[in-house]
Amino acid sequence: MKNENIITQLSIFVNNEPGRLAAVAGILRDFNINVKGFNLAESTEFGILRAIVDDPEKAFENIKSRGVIVKKTDIIGIEIEEDSPGSLFKAADVLGKAGMNIDYGYAYNGKNFESMFVRVDDPEKAVEVLKAAGIKLIKRSEI
Amino acid sequence: MYWNANIECMAVDDLKKLQYRSFKNLINNLYSFNKFYHDRMKGAGVHPDDLRSLADVQKLPFMYKEDLRENYPTKLFNVPNTEIVRFHASSGTSGKPTVVGYTQNDLAYWTEALARSLTSIGIGSNDILQVSYGYGLFTGGLGLHYGAEKVGASVVPTSNGNTERQLELMQDLGVTAIACTPSYLMHMSYTAEKMGIDFRRDTCLKKAVLGAEPWTESMRAKIESAMGIKAYDIYGTSEQAGPMFSECEERNGIHIGADIMYVEIVDSDTGEILEDGERGEMVVTMLKKEALPLVRFRIKDITSLMKDECPCGRTSPRISRITGRADDMLIIRGINVFPSQIEYTLMRIPQIGDQYMIEVSREGALDNMKIQVEIKPEFFSDKVEDMVKLRAHIESELKKYLNLAVPVELKAPGALPRFEGKAKRVIDKRVM
Repeated sequence: MKNENIITQLSIFVNNEPGRLAAVAGILRDFNINVKGFNLAESTEFGILRAIVDDPEKAFENIKSRGVIVKKTDIIGIEIEEDSPGSLFKAADVLGKAGMNIDYGYAYNGKNFESMFVRVDDPEKAVEVLKAAGIKLIKRSEI
Repeated sequence: MYWNANIECMAVDDLKKLQYRSFKNLINNLYSFNKFYHDRMKGAGVHPDDLRSLADVQKLPFMYKEDLRENYPTKLFNVPNTEIVRFHASSGTSGKPTVVGYTQNDLAYWTEALARSLTSIGIGSNDILQVSYGYGLFTGGLGLHYGAEKVGASVVPTSNGNTERQLELMQDLGVTAIACTPSYLMHMSYTAEKMGIDFRRDTCLKKAVLGAEPWTESMRAKIESAMGIKAYDIYGTSEQAGPMFSECEERNGIHIGADIMYVEIVDSDTGEILEDGERGEMVVTMLKKEALPLVRFRIKDITSLMKDECPCGRTSPRISRITGRADDMLIIRGINVFPSQIEYTLMRIPQIGDQYMIEVSREGALDNMKIQVEIKPEFFSDKVEDMVKLRAHIESELKKYLNLAVPVELKAPGALPRFEGKAKRVIDKRVM
């Protein structure tokens, strides 16, 4: 059983042309895929849409069936304590000291908490060190 | 296996004598009966009597595509209308279309050339050949059709288009060989993948006869590994008749039927004849052509005459792979670039697919080139940094080979246009 703190994110390659994002969003709608959080990273001619969705396994198959480049990526969700300045620093500092680079991150407003999704090269290990440092991580079931 | 061993394996000296005799007859005939050639030769100060050996051919003036255009549609025809049994017309991709005509004898030598070529590839009466070249004004479809019938192959005349139906027929009829443009075969391969068809598992396809557009060795490697087949290069233009001459099973150069076509390689700028092995512009004389004679025609294809003997036993001269057309050449910031060089480089990069587009534009006085490629899904990384690195890698490979910095754009699979006939991969937005 996969670590409950490891979350599956879908990463989708999108050409940076008018209407391309709409086309991908249309596919999400067609398959009734509920997007909980997302982030769009872009270079000049392409973008990468990263999305947290309900039932990522099924969504992955559905999106792939439309010939779109999609990939599953393991990420982790770090809870940001409310009214507690420096909590983002604390998590980043722990990872930095453990020699782990954050490839990217983006904010997410959960029902009960603020949080930050981050992608690191070794999520299992990141979960370990963050937990050991007393930092609260989001469980898959909490999204 | 030879179709016509007498000619295909004739001693080289005898072939040259045969060519000289054909030349003599052709030039005597044209000088006496054809105003265009008569005037041209007079203008160049050459008389048929000046042709004392095959080497004297270079005294004759060149003929150009423009001559065909200026005499559109049939002013250069050398026979009365009653003798013409078929027309074809070029697509006009590089200007006004040209019309070509054929007598019964013209069709006969065309078909003969194809029968030799198909036999040399090992295609014969046991084969089922799908002709996916366009049928109609384009010479590919009907040309291959009659050539394949001549060797007794069973022809499936699908023409191009309706690719899914073509793939179904290919499976249902047990097609063993296909003739089409390389870009159409790639399109078929792409469509097959989407339909869940695996060429190795689901078809009997073994060979592909590919031509009508320049393609590269790396494209061949890509096609062969993707489909589990052997691909052969075939050459011929509508001015010559149509696709005619191909590689043999050695796949090292295209055998030219020496009794049908006489090839010279010249320097594009000076028109001087180059040594065997030197790359230059091909100049052709059609030795048997009746309806529309061609003498020293500047075909613009870039190739070289090969020096060595072919192990297949054919003595007919061979030309090396066509690397482009003299008028395909792009001059970008003073550097000559052939689209085939770009293709050669791209097809060796495993992270990208087999479709690409080249866009040329002008900013002020500067020519700019941009290349779009499709990334393969398995090489997609969701880190922008990785993708940018991949892009930089492609750019540096191009830089290495072209000696020119060309920006690359990464596209999703399926984003670039597919071609069913001749591929048009260069978009030239420059206003000349």
